Amino acid sequence: MNGTAGGIGALPDADCESALQDDVRDALARRQPLRIVGGGSKGFLARSAEGEALGVADHRGILAYEPTELVVTARGGTPLAELEEVLAEGGQMLAFEPPHFGASATIGGAIACGLSGPRRPFAGSARDFVLGVKLLNGRAETLRFGGTVMKNVAGFDVSRLMAGACGTLGVLLEVSLKVLPRPRCELSLSFEMNPLSALQAMQDWASGSWPLSGLAYDDRLRVRLSGNESAVQAARRRLGGEPAECGADYWRALREQDLPFFAGAADLWRLSVPPAVRLAPLPGEWLYDWGGAQRWLRTSAPAAEVFAAAASCGGHAMLFRTPMASAARFQPLEPRLMGLHRSLKAAFDPDGLFNPGRMYEGL
Amino acid sequence: MTHRSHPSEQLAHHVDKDAFVRALRRKLGPEAVLADPEDLRPYECDALSAYRTLPWIVVLPQSTAEVQAVMQLCHAAGVPVVARGAGTGLSGGALPVENGVLLSLTRLNRILAIDAPNRLARVQPGVRNAAVTEAVAPLGLLYAPDPSSQIACTIGGNVAENSGGVHCLKYGLTVHNLTEIKLVTVEGELLTVGGMSLDAPGYDLLALLTGSEGLLGIIVEVVVKLILRPASARALLAAFDDIGAAGAAVANIIGAGLLPAGLEFMDAVTIRATEAFVHAGYPVGAAAILLCEFDGLPEQVDADVAAAEAILVAARATEVRRAADDAERLRFWMGRKAAFPAVGRIAADYYCMDGTIPRRCLADVLRGISTLAEEFGLGVANVFHAGDGNLHPLILYDANRPGELEQAERLGARILQLCLDVGGTVTGEHGVGVEKIDLLCRQFPAAELAQFHAVKRAFDPHGLLNPGKAVPSLRRCAELGAMHVHGGQLPFPELERF
Repeated sequence: MNGTAGGIGALPDADCESALQDDVRDALARRQPLRIVGGGSKGFLARSAEGEALGVADHRGILAYEPTELVVTARGGTPLAELEEVLAEGGQMLAFEPPHFGASATIGGAIACGLSGPRRPFAGSARDFVLGVKLLNGRAETLRFGGTVMKNVAGFDVSRLMAGACGTLGVLLEVSLKVLPRPRCELSLSFEMNPLSALQAMQDWASGSWPLSGLAYDDRLRVRLSGNESAVQAARRRLGGEPAECGADYWRALREQDLPFFAGAADLWRLSVPPAVRLAPLPGEWLYDWGGAQRWLRTSAPAAEVFAAAASCGGHAMLFRTPMASAARFQPLEPRLMGLHRSLKAAFDPDGLFNPGRMYEGL
Repeated sequence: MTHRSHPSEQLAHHVDKDAFVRALRRKLGPEAVLADPEDLRPYECDALSAYRTLPWIVVLPQSTAEVQAVMQLCHAAGVPVVARGAGTGLSGGALPVENGVLLSLTRLNRILAIDAPNRLARVQPGVRNAAVTEAVAPLGLLYAPDPSSQIACTIGGNVAENSGGVHCLKYGLTVHNLTEIKLVTVEGELLTVGGMSLDAPGYDLLALLTGSEGLLGIIVEVVVKLILRPASARALLAAFDDIGAAGAAVANIIGAGLLPAGLEFMDAVTIRATEAFVHAGYPVGAAAILLCEFDGLPEQVDADVAAAEAILVAARATEVRRAADDAERLRFWMGRKAAFPAVGRIAADYYCMDGTIPRRCLADVLRGISTLAEEFGLGVANVFHAGDGNLHPLILYDANRPGELEQAERLGARILQLCLDVGGTVTGEHGVGVEKIDLLCRQFPAAELAQFHAVKRAFDPHGLLNPGKAVPSLRRCAELGAMHVHGGQLPFPELERF
C-alpha cells in the first residue's frame, strides 16, 4: 500500500532500513551514542539524550492493513496522523488513543513513549495493542519479534518490552498493532460536581455496566459514552447530565494537552495511581483522567514530595513537562530493579548507543 | 516416554543429594522436601504426559521467604530449578530436570487482598484461576482470562504461560489483566515489578515476565485486574455445511466492527463427539458450527446479536439459533467446554496443538490440516478460538500402537509448520515448553534466538531456571537445521556442525 492518505505535503513512503542499519553499524564502530529522533514531537518528555541524531522519520509507510484481521503494520517513521486516517477509512482506530503532541508525531515515537489517551482504562494501553516489532538492536542487527496474530507466546515478549522504553533498547523499524472498530456512536456528557464527589462518581460509574470511553474531571465531571446508538442513548438517559457541546473536541484537547489547565510554565506532573485512592495533599492544581487513575498536577512542590506521594499509594509519578532539562523525570527505581534494567539494556545495547540517559541517568 | 534434554541445554553439577536435601529441610522443614522416588512420581510430568522425567528433589514452600531460601541454596550450589503450579500445562513447561529441584508453588494458595474500589486482587501464585472469580463474584466482579483448565490451573502458571481462554478476543490475555508481579530472582532476592496503577516506571518487565515460562524468575505474588460481570450476555449458534463458509463468516463478523466476547469453531468430528457426550442439541449433520457470544449493556448486546445473525445468514449458515434464555446459552457452551473430554472418548489418546494464524487463512489451513491428516492416516478434530485465529487441532491416536505417538507428533509438527507458512505462530496460548522447542528454531532466526539468550542471561546468568524449555540453544537448532535443509540453504551457516 502506498502512503496516499497523508494529504497535501505528505512525503512518499520510503524504506530506509539498510541506511539506518549502516548508521548504527557506523556508530557502533565509533562507540558513538545516538539520539533517536522521529517526528520530534515528544522530545520534551524525557531527559535530553546525549549523542548524534539518528533520524528515523524518513523510514515510513503502512506495510499491511487488513481490516478483518484487526491488524496494521507500519514503519516506525509513519506519521501517526496518516496512520489514523487510513484506519478511519477502514472504520477502525488505535484504541489506545495515542497523544500526538504535534503534527509530526510518528507511530514509532508513540510506541517508544508508550503513552495512551483518555480511552486507555476502557480499551487498553499502547503496549497492550503491540503485536510485533522489527527493531535494530545495539549490535546493528535487525530482529523481528511477535507477529501479526492476536495470540502468540513463542519466545519472550520483546515486542511489548519496547513500548515505553523510550528507544533505549533499540530502534523501532516496524510495529504491528492490533486495531479496533470505531464506535458507531459517541456522546459526551458533563456534570457539575466538586472534586471529592467526582472521584466517587467516577469510581461508581467505572464499576457499573456503562459503555464508557472517557471519564475525566477538571472543573466538571466529563463522561464519554461509546457504542451503538441504542446503548449510548440508554446510558445517557440513565446517567442524566448535560450533553456537552463539542464533546469530541474536549477529549482531543485533553489528550493533546490543549486545555487551559496545561498552559503555563509550572511543572506538569503525571501521577499514575489506583483510581479510587485519596492522595496525600500536594499543593497545586489537579486534573483527573482515566477515571482517576491518571492525575495531572501543576505544582511547584519538590520532586521528592511528588514521587513519595505517588509511591505511598502503590502508584508512580512522572515529571511530564518542566523547564529544567536535566531534572529526573521518572519515579526512581529501587537499586535491584535498576540493576536489572541495566542488565537488560546491556542485553539489547551492550555499548550503550541508544538514547543514553533519556529515561534514567546511566541507562 | 522419558524425555532427554539436549546436551547443550543440560547443566551438570556434583552436589551431594543427601546433603542438599538436609540443607533444604533445615530451611523448609522435613515435610516440605520430597526425595524418595515414590514421592517424586506425581511430579514427573505435567498435562503433556507423553514426556516424563523424575525430578531430583521436590520442594513445597509455604511462603515467599521459603521460596527465597530455596533459590539461595540452589543458586549457591548451581542446581537447576523448575517451577510448577497445578501441572495443567500442555507443553511440558513444568517437566522436571533429572538433576534439578522441582519447585511446587501450590502451597502458596491464598488470596491476600481484594480491593473492590480499585478492582484489583492480590493473590499468591498457587491460587486457582477459578477461585479468583469465585471469591470476587459476590462483589459483581470477575477475573477475565478463562483458560479451559480454569478449575485446576493456577494464577502463577497462567502468568508464566500468558494463558488465554474463550473470552480473550474482547478481554485480553493474562498480560492484559495484571498490574504487579512479585518475583524471586535466581539469586533469591525479592523484586516488585509493576504496582497498583495501570502502568509502571521503567521498562515493561511485567510484559516480559508474562509468558516467560519460568525462565526469568519465580512468581510469588500477583495483582490481577478484575472486571465487572457483564450486565447481560447472549449467544448465537450457527451451523454450516462447509468449513470455508464458516471461516468466511468469522472474518465478516470481525470485519463488520463487531467484537464478540467469544467466537468459537467446532468441526464435524468434534460436533458428533460432543453431542454423543453431553447432548447439547448440536446439529450433528453440520460440517462446522460457530458459537458467537456478546456481552455488555442489554441494548448493545441486542443490536450486536441482530447484526451478527444477519452476517451469519448471509454467509450461508444452514441454521442460526439464538439462545432464548440463559439456560440455552449455557447449553450452547456446555458442548464447547466439554469438547476436549468428548474427543477423548472417541480416541484412545489425543494430542492437542495450539497454532495461531491470520483469520483470513482459516479455511485454507483447515483444508491443509485435513489433507495432512489423510496423508498420516490419523484423525483430527478441530475446535478452537476462531475469533483470534487460535487453532487447537486434536490429533487422534493410540499410544498403545507402536509408532503412533511419534506419527502424531510428526503430524503435529507439520500442522504447526502450516501455521508458520501463513504468517502465524507455533503457540498461541499453551507455551513452547519442551514440546515446541524444536519448532522455535523454525520460527526464529539465530539472531533473534541469540537476543532471547541475552535477555535470559540478564535475569539468570547461569541458566539455572527451567533449562531446556521455551528457548532452544543454537546448537539444538543447528543440528535440527541439518536435518531440515530448506531450498538448499543451511540454516545457521555460521555454526559448526556436530
